[in-house]
Amino acid sequence: MLQMIMSAVMLGLIWSVMTIGVYITFRILGIADLTVEGSIAMGGAIAAQAIYSGSDPYWAAFLAILGGMAAGLATGILHTKLKIPALLSGILTMIALYSINLRILGKANLSLLRMNTVFSPFKEMSFIQNKAFAGWGISHFMGVIIPAALCVLGIIILLYWFFGTEIGSAIRATGNNSQMARAQGINTNNMIMLGLIISNGLVALSGALIAQQQGFADIQMGIGSIVIGLASLIIGEVLFGKRGFFSRLLSLVLGAITYRIIIAFVLDRGMSPNDLKLFTALTVAFALSLPVIKSSVQQLVKGIREGR
Amino acid sequence: MLAVNNVYKTFNSGTVNEKTALNNISLHLGAGEFVTLIGGNGSGKSTLLNCIAGVHAVDKGSIIIDGVDVTRQPEHVRAKDLGRVFQDPMLGTAADMQIEENLALAYRRGKRRSLRWGITAKERRFYRDLLGTLELGLEDRLSLKVGMLSGGQRQALALLMATLKEPKLLLLDEHTAALDPKTAVKVLEITEKIVMENKLTTLMVTHNMRDAIRYGNRLIMMHEGRILLDIEGEAKKKLTVEELLSRFGQASSGEEFTQDSVLLS
Repeated sequence: MLQMIMSAVMLGLIWSVMTIGVYITFRILGIADLTVEGSIAMGGAIAAQAIYSGSDPYWAAFLAILGGMAAGLATGILHTKLKIPALLSGILTMIALYSINLRILGKANLSLLRMNTVFSPFKEMSFIQNKAFAGWGISHFMGVIIPAALCVLGIIILLYWFFGTEIGSAIRATGNNSQMARAQGINTNNMIMLGLIISNGLVALSGALIAQQQGFADIQMGIGSIVIGLASLIIGEVLFGKRGFFSRLLSLVLGAITYRIIIAFVLDRGMSPNDLKLFTALTVAFALSLPVIKSSVQQLVKGIREGR
Repeated sequence: MLAVNNVYKTFNSGTVNEKTALNNISLHLGAGEFVTLIGGNGSGKSTLLNCIAGVHAVDKGSIIIDGVDVTRQPEHVRAKDLGRVFQDPMLGTAADMQIEENLALAYRRGKRRSLRWGITAKERRFYRDLLGTLELGLEDRLSLKVGMLSGGQRQALALLMATLKEPKLLLLDEHTAALDPKTAVKVLEITEKIVMENKLTTLMVTHNMRDAIRYGNRLIMMHEGRILLDIEGEAKKKLTVEELLSRFGQASSGEEFTQDSVLLS
């Protein structure tokens, strides 16, 4: 049980970086950005290939961020300069990235077995190797959880600062009311592009961390990731509230962890892993339709009461 | 301050839905003029405002603001000289952001936005004093989300935002049309106060003839993409709704003035 939860916390933390990226486009900009599916795999592919070619794992993660930002820029140009609808722009970049990712990887998957990753130094630290963690059989998880938690915390602090600055406020205004933003002299096209760049940079970083944690990068690793991101986001909002911006960011991380715990639980109960994506999609569809369900239930209750 | 020279604008050109919104419009506004712009639905008054603001590109002609040709400038670049309030109270403010955040965005209109913090403590005090002048009780609710405000409060805030950084030209697009009559009067009073105190060059579109006559020092009436009447000074002060209607009748060559929206003054 403890191992199951620790594993969920570990995966949740790594994937929460992607959830934060999805939050920036979906909630702040109001765009469902499907680039995510390609940029998460791109992050994994770049990091794996860089490490495989002998690069430092941190440098590899940095290169992955740059790759993701470029993917975001591509979607941003398609959407704002060429006026292609946001959803379609994301799909176009996602499809293009599939070929690009194959070129980066050179084949469908690349193993990082026995290679150094960003997590290696932490796994060897004495306090993580100590008897307590080893005794519970979770020192392997702690070697990922501790650096991932620090990384996520750093990202949250950085984003909290950024979205409070003049430029960050301009991005929020663009997503909230683009006509008002333009009337206040904000170049909304640039703000949308900047948002997409930051978002996909984070998503690619998440992909790089995923590849390094699981020990391989796979061309398929992005499939369904947008739905996982949305599921985590909504779970976070429903369960952990959406008061201040800081607590919102924190709720994304908790949402991503909760999602992993739910998945681990249903798998443990004997659900076939093949049904996972169906389960996730249904969860998101249900969560997104909650407002409609709520109001129709209220109507129904009202109708029954008045009928009496 | 503003020169509109021979501007044409046609929507859906070349289709069955072709609609000439502006037909050779020329208009000059001197510094400090407060002009009310009236006309029925489809007369082109909102299109004119949107062309000046850069929402629509003009087909022909030029637009000069304070000596600078802005005809080819995108909307967000022109915004540095323009204060705008829209008809829909939802459009002028960002609902999910706080009152002070909205004001801070407006305060930076025309300035290069950087990675400095989006709002300073000094600004906050300034905004509190400024909101106090509206007498709507907003001065103690700086961190309230704008979405929680009423339509009238939102329009008053939008007015404040449009004039926070003094614009060369204030464009008001039927900014009281969506409000109940009592609130509309209040917002118009605030408008007049701000315009007079800062001697702002203003172009105010309205549906309401009485408002058009009562406010400002010059009245322009548009019909089918042209300027029909341009009355200023003493003549404007003596104007009545009846006279305006009869002069409209003559100017539009006996055409019936059937626009309910204009008659409902």
